[in-house]
Amino acid sequence: MNTMNTAAQDIENNKIIPFPSHFTVQEDKIKDNKTHLKLRILKDRLFKYIVIIFSLLSFLPLLLVLFHITKNGISVINWSFLTELPRPIGEIGGGIYNSLIGSLMLILLSSVISIPLGISAGIYLSETNKGKLSNIINLCIVVLQGTPSIVIGIITYIWVVAPLGGFSALSGGIALSIMMLPVIIKSTEETLKLIPYHLKEASLALGVPYYKTILKVILPTGISGIMTGILLSVARITGETAPLLFTAFGNQFLNYNILKPIDSLPYRIFYYAMSPYPEWHSFAWGASFILVVIVLAFNLIARGVSAKWKVQF
Amino acid sequence: MKTEKDASEKRFKNIILVSGLSVIFLLIAIFLTLTIASVPAIKTFGLGFFISKHWDPSLEKFGALPFLYGTLITSFLALIISIPFSIAISIFLGEYFKNGLLSTFLRSSTEVLAGIPSVIYGLWGLFLLMPVTRHIQTLLGLTPYGVGIFTASLILSIMIIPFSASIGREVVSLIPADLKEAAYSLGATRFEVIKNIIIPYARSGIIAGILLAFGRAIGETMAVTMLIGNSNFLPKSIFSPANTMASVIANEFAESTGIAASSLIYIGLVLFLVTTLVNIAGTYVIKKISLEASKEVT
Amino acid sequence: MESPVLRIENFSAFFGENQVLKNININILPNRITALMGPSGCGKTTLIRCINRMHELIPHARVSGHIYLKNQNIYDMEPIALRRKIGMVFQKPNPFPMMSIYDNVIAGYILNGIKLKKEEADSIVESSLRGAALWNEVKDSLHRKGTFLSGGQQQRLCIARALAMNPEILLFDEPTSALDPKSTAHIEELVVELKQNVTMLLVTHNIAQAARVSDFTAFIYLGELIEFGPTEKMFTVPKDKRTEEYLTGKFG
Repeated sequence: MNTMNTAAQDIENNKIIPFPSHFTVQEDKIKDNKTHLKLRILKDRLFKYIVIIFSLLSFLPLLLVLFHITKNGISVINWSFLTELPRPIGEIGGGIYNSLIGSLMLILLSSVISIPLGISAGIYLSETNKGKLSNIINLCIVVLQGTPSIVIGIITYIWVVAPLGGFSALSGGIALSIMMLPVIIKSTEETLKLIPYHLKEASLALGVPYYKTILKVILPTGISGIMTGILLSVARITGETAPLLFTAFGNQFLNYNILKPIDSLPYRIFYYAMSPYPEWHSFAWGASFILVVIVLAFNLIARGVSAKWKVQF
Repeated sequence: MKTEKDASEKRFKNIILVSGLSVIFLLIAIFLTLTIASVPAIKTFGLGFFISKHWDPSLEKFGALPFLYGTLITSFLALIISIPFSIAISIFLGEYFKNGLLSTFLRSSTEVLAGIPSVIYGLWGLFLLMPVTRHIQTLLGLTPYGVGIFTASLILSIMIIPFSASIGREVVSLIPADLKEAAYSLGATRFEVIKNIIIPYARSGIIAGILLAFGRAIGETMAVTMLIGNSNFLPKSIFSPANTMASVIANEFAESTGIAASSLIYIGLVLFLVTTLVNIAGTYVIKKISLEASKEVT
Repeated sequence: MESPVLRIENFSAFFGENQVLKNININILPNRITALMGPSGCGKTTLIRCINRMHELIPHARVSGHIYLKNQNIYDMEPIALRRKIGMVFQKPNPFPMMSIYDNVIAGYILNGIKLKKEEADSIVESSLRGAALWNEVKDSLHRKGTFLSGGQQQRLCIARALAMNPEILLFDEPTSALDPKSTAHIEELVVELKQNVTMLLVTHNIAQAARVSDFTAFIYLGELIEFGPTEKMFTVPKDKRTEEYLTGKFG
């Protein structure tokens, strides 16, 4: 565009009215209207207070939830609560030992399935350049992560419970492993991608076979990020109930058989909370306290691992 | 020697490829399973399934309108209640208090809020929210159920705040400093800068956050199941007991058979499709934003 | 004697314990271009940011001394009222990407909540864009967003945005250092034209630019005003040895 007139030319050609007179229109507008100014300053201050109040208010539910869980839960917890099995209704006492063991077994089951598969897929994504296949896989991970847990429960029911003819710990473990996968894959991929290429180069140049390079050099370097991903996904599934409703199903007895129904902390909480017995309600609070402590502990450890074990480049 | 190395490398690469592909197969299998298992219900009721409001196991007549209603109303209500709070947190953490003790405190609390299991929110809601709702209902002269759409929406709104808040905070803090400076140099107050510059700039991110929070709300099961009252009738008011698509599955699937089971799976299929769509939309928007943000750095 | 638009008296600025400006005394005369030059880090950017009180946005910033805008102490005014009277053009062009070109020009009014009638807005937009020598290039795309503009055009849009507020003084913070030579030349030409209507303060680290464009020059080094005077005189017979060394490229 070469038709660029300078201001001087425009003034000469009478195409522009020089600033002073042209701007008399806004002189009144810009003149310091004291009230308008004060109003704007007031609005500014008010807005800041509103933002602060609303932000702190949203912190209130958390405070209340943690407070009530601690208040109602901590009094229930004692040695027998942690080591005994539930008693039939009418009898006092008993505990949630079956739920604790059950949750542990479910965590182990789902980890055994999801960790190798997840890390492996994560390695694939980090080792492959951007292409149609990786894009599709990434899309699938996003979809998988957003799938409602109840739907995963339905799926696992159809795939495992129906063929096996009954509820089982195995089906619960499979359902939870599906839920752990996306986080483990993503964190593995992102961690490994951050590792500089020259590390791999150096190992390969020494004659170390590709698979050993990945497994013995790259993976250990990225162990903090991978562990963080694993811990975070374990934290998430420890509290999941919906997928267990029709897979692991719950069991008031202690069970070590993975082909039989098994109890879990969140299931027990649900079961007791929905019951009409006040005694069971207080057990629900106690179990909730333990569950919250476990979940928060996993989250804290994940953060600690991320900070402490991180290899800097 | 060389062939040995090649073989082990090839084997390894195949293993990781198969692992990667398994994700795709898993998803396809999920979709196919849901669809095939829904076929009996689809054949019997067709698309009219979602405008029929009769859920009658004894007559083997199933219609999902009450649950569609329940899901949409609770999710929208939860969204509306939570939006002012998540936007406030986004601005608080992204603009006013980017660093410092207060900022770390609020950020950590938001993360903890997101980590508390759904069933525990349900438990808390049963004993702390339900009495409040009962009280309100008594004051209004309604039957004091306690449970219902209102209570479920309340707990849902608390649960989804962290999702939209964290994304909102990211985009608000991403705004280039020189745009804010230009606005200040023209004589704007901080509020005016936020209103006219920061919010419009961060708009797509905030919308993405809301979308993802909505997707979360739709699929949320346990807390809602515990607080919504388990009624299969079309809810008449905000205080009516009801069911959402997720909660009716949670309540009835374990004991259902035949066409009832297929109908519930049909509902599950739709739930799956809707959350998938919403999540893809939200993720797509976020991707676009981060692409633009990385361009600006040059 | 012309009355100065801006009087800076015994002015010092601090960031925490660090003193960045030491006892500056300058009078800026109307309808002139005054250049602030000096090596990077000397405090010239800090000085102009103190003039429109933008430095207050940085925590732990402190000042002493006085600055008078047309005989009004700027610290007796509300910052937002002061900034309306002072225009600023930044080093990196920063038009608002979410607004159209039209809205960018009147952004000052929009942000300040001043309602303009359509005819008023139209005439302000046209004369500001003409004043910034950008009108002919954008008059047919006023309602498009300005992202398609080149760097030089974006900077002229920012100048138009500042002009639209009819400022008492227009501050430039190294306005051409991010631009190519051709755009730089255009803007230097524009700035000289604008002299008839606007008083300008130009921060530059480019000695040649200061020589080309300015009527007066202030040389600042390590936070002190070393020398101030008519540009031609200063550049040919500098009074201070340090000025001479800077001009001959011995440092900076």
